Amino acid sequence: MAILVGPETRLLIQGLGRDGSFQASRTREYGTNMVAAVHPGRDGQKFEDEVPYFSSVARAVEATGANTGVIFVPAPFAMDAIIEQVDAGLELVVCITEGIPVLDMVKVVAYMKGKPTRLIGSNCPGVLSPASKAKVGIIPGNIVRPGNIGVVSRSGTLTYEAIAQLVQHGLGQSTCVGIGGDPVHGTTFTDVLELFQADDETEAIVLIGEIGGIREQLAAEYIRQHVTKPVVASIAGQSAPRGKRMGHAGAIITGKAALASEKIRALSEAGVHVVESPTQIGAMMKEVIG
Amino acid sequence: MNIHEYQAKEILDKYGVPTPRAEVASTATEAKDIASRIGGRVVVKAQVHAGGRGKAGGVKLVDTPEQAQKEAGALLGTRLVTKQTGVAGVPVEKVMIAETLDIKDELYLSIVIDGDIGAPVVMASTEGGMDIEEVAENAPEKIFRVAGDPLIGLTTYHARDIALALGVPAEALRATTKLITDLYRVFTDNDCSLVEINPLVVTEDNRVVALDAKITLEDDALFRHPDLARLRDGNQQDPLERRADAADLSYVKLDGGRVGCMVNGAGLAMATMDITKTAGADPANFLDIGGSADQERIEEAFKIIMDDEDVEIILVNLFAGIARADIVAQGIVAAAKETNAQLPMVVAMRGTNAEEGARILGESGLNITAAPDLAGAAEALKHKLLELGGAN
Repeated sequence: MAILVGPETRLLIQGLGRDGSFQASRTREYGTNMVAAVHPGRDGQKFEDEVPYFSSVARAVEATGANTGVIFVPAPFAMDAIIEQVDAGLELVVCITEGIPVLDMVKVVAYMKGKPTRLIGSNCPGVLSPASKAKVGIIPGNIVRPGNIGVVSRSGTLTYEAIAQLVQHGLGQSTCVGIGGDPVHGTTFTDVLELFQADDETEAIVLIGEIGGIREQLAAEYIRQHVTKPVVASIAGQSAPRGKRMGHAGAIITGKAALASEKIRALSEAGVHVVESPTQIGAMMKEVIG
Repeated sequence: MNIHEYQAKEILDKYGVPTPRAEVASTATEAKDIASRIGGRVVVKAQVHAGGRGKAGGVKLVDTPEQAQKEAGALLGTRLVTKQTGVAGVPVEKVMIAETLDIKDELYLSIVIDGDIGAPVVMASTEGGMDIEEVAENAPEKIFRVAGDPLIGLTTYHARDIALALGVPAEALRATTKLITDLYRVFTDNDCSLVEINPLVVTEDNRVVALDAKITLEDDALFRHPDLARLRDGNQQDPLERRADAADLSYVKLDGGRVGCMVNGAGLAMATMDITKTAGADPANFLDIGGSADQERIEEAFKIIMDDEDVEIILVNLFAGIARADIVAQGIVAAAKETNAQLPMVVAMRGTNAEEGARILGESGLNITAAPDLAGAAEALKHKLLELGGAN
């Protein structure tokens, strides 16, 4: 079993502009079961002559039994799209959109409290499980291999880097999860660690963190108490100066806890194998699991 | 996006937050006239996007309009170098002339988003006028924090709790409570990422006044605040950062580095800066060209790196998912030809159309060392740095 996605995934895509349509094609090529596309005004038409369009998420869910949603709608409308998917009762919502106002995400996360839907993102590459050919998001399908390493990351392309290094060392992945680079986001490191710990298919975990916030420290505390599987971690931004936002809205050193060195210390103290250089992720994992 | 103090004051005024009587001047004569209107002792404050103005000589107390004119004249048209600016400093194009108050107590108040709580948080401290980060590190118990509710806002009782924690006089309790709730509305209504009042003062006659104001607006939310977007002052920005903004590139100039970095994705860009440092040289910049950059943006990104006089070598690290390596390669070659670039480059390209990208670069005649991956790029960079005369 992978986590979050799998053969049972019935995917709905919302937002089929240039990027959304491109990614929808890649997702289908990879073998994901895409059952619905939501784009107001296109009822009766089909994406790539096969996936039916609907004008609302609720209609799409009713007609197709979609259980997972992926969002590509532009940032000004993304909060609305997330709430629409939550209200339609989807189990998993993955929001790829970048640049959503923080106060919108603050409202979204508050709105979702107590509701059964899980949100991944925003501003994330999504989730991919190689063994079940389930891809929800933009992680390139041609770089992953089926296997037993769980990957969780705040970054996009640095996640691809980690995956490539694992593959280079003959290590495949159970599931790859990008939780996103925004300061306020849905699923956290801790949530994904809990899922990987419980997942039979996952033998070891790669965690990619970065400067900003205290989520890596919370992950370290969770690992110390609950995770028995080996964890290899890399923290980006060791050379970043204080007070400057490094692209991701969440990647800014605002206080001592936000420093890479503090995160590395917390993770090391929790027994995590923290690599000194981001070039060593694959090699370290190979060494750790033998 | 940063805005000036006088612009922040205008926003506070609109929300009824008490501020000192003040006006902004672009010339020394205007400064004199304003000082006459206000009367008595006034303060002349350089309007720049940087903290540490006082210590850098950007804030002057004067007793007469003539002195105000003289100090304003001395500041206007100069560049102010503070601990928060680079050595080049920032231009002083306006000064604010403000009344002075009889101050009994200096307090601190700010609002930021706490990503870990997922809500705006009001931070208050009795240590006004101090660098709050120092207070946070040395005496965290002196910072009182209250989170607003994402859907309800900040309740009056929470605001009153903060006012009580600040120990304001009983006569000022009601006004301070109102000031805090008003400030919270400033934050949420305008999509701020920071509202900071340092110091918030209690006067001898028990009024609470925002003596200084710093507001940072969230770039991602400016689309719904066109009036605020117009407050942008590009002259306060590093010229290269300003060009990057115009091209919608995520770029941060880093002081003292010599390796120009061009990467797709923020996390990978940080990791690339990290390996640069390990290879023995400081990165000259952070640059994320984004996922779907077209050739024009790639060209501008490359030119920005080329125009950075500190850059001696360029490191390109691309893991193309949405982006296409061939387009990036074409952009690099076009920009290099146009600028007649001779700098050595280390290039790692992987992902979508990476082979085609490598072919384009290989046939370009540019001084390029191709690397197979991140580790290879680190190794190649190390060699190149040795050729250039060693690590720093």
